[in-house]
Amino acid sequence: MPSLNDYQGQTPAWCPGCGNFGILDALKRTLVGLGIEPHQVTIVSGIGQAGKLPHYLKCNTFNGLHGRTLPVATGIRLANHEMLVIAVAGDGDCYGEGGNHLLNAMRRNINVKLFVHNNQIYGLTKGQPSPTSMEGMVTKNQPFGVFSEQLNPMALAVALDCSFVARGFVGEKESLKELMKAAIVHKGFTLLDILQPCVTFNKINTYEWYGQRVYHVGSEFDPGDRIGAFKKALEWGDRIPIGIIYRNNRPILEEKIPVLQDKPLIKQSFDISKLETSLKEFY
Amino acid sequence: MDYSIKIGGEAGQGIQTIGDTLAKVFSRAGYHVFTHQDYESRIRGGHNFFQIRFSQSPVMTSREKIDILIALDKESIQFHEKELSENGLIVYDSKSLKQSHGKEYFLDVPVEDLAVEHGGNKIMANTAATGAVLGMLGISMDILVMILKDTFKKKGEDVIAANIKTARAGYDFARHECKRCSFTAGEQKEPKLLISGVEAIALGAIASGCKFYTAYPMTPSTGIMNYLAGKGKEYGIVVEQAEDEIAAINMALGASFAGTRAMTGTSGGGFALMVEGLSLAAMTETPLVIALGQRPGPATGLPTRTEQGELLFSLHAGHGEFPRVILAPGTPEQAFFLTNKAFQISEKYQIPVFILFDQYIADMQCTFEGLDLNRIRFEDDRLRGDALNARSEYRRHAYTDSGISPLGVPGESVHLVVTDSDEHSEEGHIIEDAETRVKMVEKRLLRKLPLIQREISPPILYGSRSPEILIVGWGSTYGPMKEAVDVLSKRENIAMMHFSEVYPFPSIKEDPFSTPQGQEKREKEAENYLSLFHNAKQTICIEHNATGQFARLLKAESGYSCTTFIHRYDGRPFLLEELIGEIHAVIK
Repeated sequence: MPSLNDYQGQTPAWCPGCGNFGILDALKRTLVGLGIEPHQVTIVSGIGQAGKLPHYLKCNTFNGLHGRTLPVATGIRLANHEMLVIAVAGDGDCYGEGGNHLLNAMRRNINVKLFVHNNQIYGLTKGQPSPTSMEGMVTKNQPFGVFSEQLNPMALAVALDCSFVARGFVGEKESLKELMKAAIVHKGFTLLDILQPCVTFNKINTYEWYGQRVYHVGSEFDPGDRIGAFKKALEWGDRIPIGIIYRNNRPILEEKIPVLQDKPLIKQSFDISKLETSLKEFY
Repeated sequence: MDYSIKIGGEAGQGIQTIGDTLAKVFSRAGYHVFTHQDYESRIRGGHNFFQIRFSQSPVMTSREKIDILIALDKESIQFHEKELSENGLIVYDSKSLKQSHGKEYFLDVPVEDLAVEHGGNKIMANTAATGAVLGMLGISMDILVMILKDTFKKKGEDVIAANIKTARAGYDFARHECKRCSFTAGEQKEPKLLISGVEAIALGAIASGCKFYTAYPMTPSTGIMNYLAGKGKEYGIVVEQAEDEIAAINMALGASFAGTRAMTGTSGGGFALMVEGLSLAAMTETPLVIALGQRPGPATGLPTRTEQGELLFSLHAGHGEFPRVILAPGTPEQAFFLTNKAFQISEKYQIPVFILFDQYIADMQCTFEGLDLNRIRFEDDRLRGDALNARSEYRRHAYTDSGISPLGVPGESVHLVVTDSDEHSEEGHIIEDAETRVKMVEKRLLRKLPLIQREISPPILYGSRSPEILIVGWGSTYGPMKEAVDVLSKRENIAMMHFSEVYPFPSIKEDPFSTPQGQEKREKEAENYLSLFHNAKQTICIEHNATGQFARLLKAESGYSCTTFIHRYDGRPFLLEELIGEIHAVIK
């Protein structure tokens, strides 16, 4: 069985008190708890403070470009669907630069686990607003406040019939671990949006701000009811729901592709002699 | 015998069906066949044509003069009547065109009536037209009957019988009514293989063990995806249509990282979106093959036409400095083998490799005696399973003398495979220090470059071994240039120098004393090609672009400036006589 020590990576270069530390710790504990060995998982990340995460634990890693985590993760899954593939992105990375990929990953229902570190701000580039920044937030670049309406990833995902939609908060570590576990165990594309304060640049959405607002959806809530889920997803402001918002059992893309029914692509051998038959079609 | 047939009409009238069927009849009859298409960016209407040339000698380009014009609409007559050869004929159906022509070179074939009478449905009019052409040429119906049986196999015996009857009616009509037909088809031989450029690239990918293809549809590359999607189940290939070209290249990189051979394809506009991914392939040293089909730009340009405008774009695309290889096939046969070379080089050196083609070669069809699968190379350079597990340690980007680090497959052993778009350590983790950076640039770029250079084959010399006039080109101009040399060498001391491996530029060995002498005309690899340039009186660089991109690359790499240039940028390929005329006009 793997231990926490097996997942010990490099020392993080995040600011002291950064919400990312809690996510890193929860992810390590979740993987250890599920008995997954480091070589059995590949983490794909993009650019931003979240994108550095795979360097701080041990696993197969493809740290690619800003916004492009999901296409890389999709390619890995299609080539080797026995691999657990986790995509780690920030709010700017995933909801801004990579928006089209998010829509289409949900449509495909590729069995990739997407964990979004949502701090409602751009950290790496020093404090510009992200798609999830609240309307009116004043930054150096937006002296009159953010004009655009805040993106609601939960409502977007429910609207697109995303297979698993959940929100966590890094200040609620136990429930975050449970959500990560549920996401990994779930068969289908999962969006886990994780609220995580940026202690340096976001002076509005702090630990305290989130702490006063988040509440658990509770056991009476039925994440299988899409209409109810949509109502729940629309909640933001004084009360912010955390937990599994929506879940369905759509078949995953990997199961629909005939070529992948027997074994992963990377384990399939290649026989050039068959090509003689195809060449005959050109005579 | 050297006949050209042109089928003209609106999109949606079945030009392609008649063209494909006739081309297949001729290639099965053992003739050499060349076809090319000219179509507009629309699904219905407009003016399009399909041109077929067939002969008993090799043919690699289209000619100006038409021997049989099948006019499916009035515009075809209007545009192409003047292209008729001395004994040429125009086949049309006065009833469906609602016009009658009295001139002696018009043959009114009532294809719709024949289809209704003999097949029971005017939808078979094109079958009647196909039969009529064979009747005019005096080529027996046997092969066409076999093809119709294959084509309509799934539609049942009745449909097959109706089509055969209709084809025969067209054939008989032409035999009886075409008093001016003076065609004599040559002796038939063993069937030849007839293949298009995009089919050859797709087959080359299959032959190279490509298991993953992803693209966003874009002319002229879509044919590769179509062919691979059709063969996916048979060969175990996943074909995924991406949401955009950015996704396409990143998916291909993901699949390659995971341990399978992957490829993407696009045209210039789509490649513009892929450029950041190209740079990512380079930094992460992930093997990738990109089929880049050129068409006239800038922006959307002429979407269905041809140009050689992306040579310098593909050469310079991508931020940062990294090695790449650009292969530019001149024929479908070259496309097949160069695609295989692209996969081999890409995986061996863990670099992006381009197959730089264009609309002309994508859609052209050419006959070959066959494609020799013994020439296909397949070496799996990835470190898999037990071989990886047996190592005491593994570092994805380990320093080596060659610069090539072991390419591990993640998940198949306890060793972790880590890579990063940031500058990274041997283990693949982010670094900032100067010393590692320098070592990585040396490993990734400088050490690999001379090794990659050695993989590149010299250009092909065709024609005189000591030419006074040397015509120079690359990629899809191979066919027209080669045939132009055949014609012009009767009165000029001329040769063609053709580059199909354009970057890294073939090694330059300047040794004028080893120049081969004589007038021998067969193809030869010209290792000492620069001396041929210097010894020629006139060097004419022929390109389908406005600025002479290859000539500039030649100058930059060798210091040699061609003396004369022929640039064509109207989106149309050179017909043989047009190219000969252009060369004539510039010969001093």
